[in-house]
Amino acid sequence: MASPEIDALTQALARLPGLGPRSARRAVLHLLKKRETALAPLLRALETVNARLVSCHLCGNLDTVDPCAICTDGRRDARLLCVVEEVADLWALDRSRLFPGRFHVLGGRLSALEGVRPEDLTIDALVGRLAAGGIDEVVLAMNATLEGQTTAHYIAERIEAYPVRVTQLAHGLPVGGELDYLDEGTLAQALRARRPLG
Amino acid sequence: MHLSTEAIVCAVLAHGEHGAIVRLLTPADGLRAGYVRGGRSRRLRPVLLAGNVVQAEYRARTEDQLPALTVELVHSRAPLHGEPLPAVAIDWATALAAVALPESQAYPHVHAALDGVLSAVEAAPAARGWAAALVRYELLLLSELGFGLDLSGCIATGTRDDLAFVSPRSGAAVSGGAGAPYAARLLRLPPFLLAGGEAGWGDILDGLALTGHFLARDILADRRGAVLAARERLVERLRRVTA
Repeated sequence: MASPEIDALTQALARLPGLGPRSARRAVLHLLKKRETALAPLLRALETVNARLVSCHLCGNLDTVDPCAICTDGRRDARLLCVVEEVADLWALDRSRLFPGRFHVLGGRLSALEGVRPEDLTIDALVGRLAAGGIDEVVLAMNATLEGQTTAHYIAERIEAYPVRVTQLAHGLPVGGELDYLDEGTLAQALRARRPLG
Repeated sequence: MHLSTEAIVCAVLAHGEHGAIVRLLTPADGLRAGYVRGGRSRRLRPVLLAGNVVQAEYRARTEDQLPALTVELVHSRAPLHGEPLPAVAIDWATALAAVALPESQAYPHVHAALDGVLSAVEAAPAARGWAAALVRYELLLLSELGFGLDLSGCIATGTRDDLAFVSPRSGAAVSGGAGAPYAARLLRLPPFLLAGGEAGWGDILDGLALTGHFLARDILADRRGAVLAARERLVERLRRVTA
């Protein structure tokens, strides 16, 4: 039996994505056993982030400074702008370190069923960034879902007046994918996007 | 309860970390919701896209329980998502069915019409080939839900000829002669909705204005802004095509 305080900690952890009650209990037990090496640093890190957490007013990324570290990174190509649906997508693309430009987080995607309209997203802010100039290419990195693609089409239409190259992430075979296991939709996209070899 | 049927994916709602609550439109059992375990997995995400046709199997111990649903892809319409107009059309047509139809009530004609619209979107080389089918689908949906328009004759004179308008209040047809003085206040009735056949862009846009008025007033009154925004995007795109 644990005290109410420890129970409360377990319940708070159990609400996190990827953790259930059982794994939360294990995490709590680990933190209690390693108080100095695990609990104290975690507490400090949480307090610091909680005190400083801000949303970047330029791109919508979550960071402890505003503008965020990506927007102020002088090594990044300011002429390239990648538009993503959520902060998680930004972090996924940035983790790969393949994209050398900057980002813009929409804060979701257009959805008829969930009632998300263009004014609920940061599309106006994106248009404002393009109007300010200095951007040559916009990469629309939306999810390959119907809602993601309708959002991409809508944005492409909204920004067509600006002299920027608008591109989209390729759709098709995933790395390590076997044709036999792929659905016909993915195969059709891959066939459409085929290119000369050699 | 055990139901095995082919169905059209209309709505997918994330549930938990990996699962999804999916609403499918079946031919004989109407709109049915079910929980798909692993519905957000890499394997099932390409299957559970609105507009796709799946072989569905619902299982539940009792009728009032949310059934467990397993799906297998029969036909994917994902390749159309890359094209602006077809993508918005699929989005709207499936969302309308998901929002407007009550669950577990059979609407075989609506299923056939939705399948027809989606197939037309897929087959037609241009939007003109399917836009008229979309208007007819909306008109049918209004009718099946009890808000059908009375296009049998003029509400003022009783004549069956020269029907040119629809009253925005009663939903009844008005002849050209009787309606002419009030034309600005009436909705135009495009001839293809009465006589069938080919429709020009002007008629298609009139048809969309007609069905849009009654959908907003009678079917989507409580959630107008949210759902109709998708329709407005579609109509706006169609207008740009015709401009």
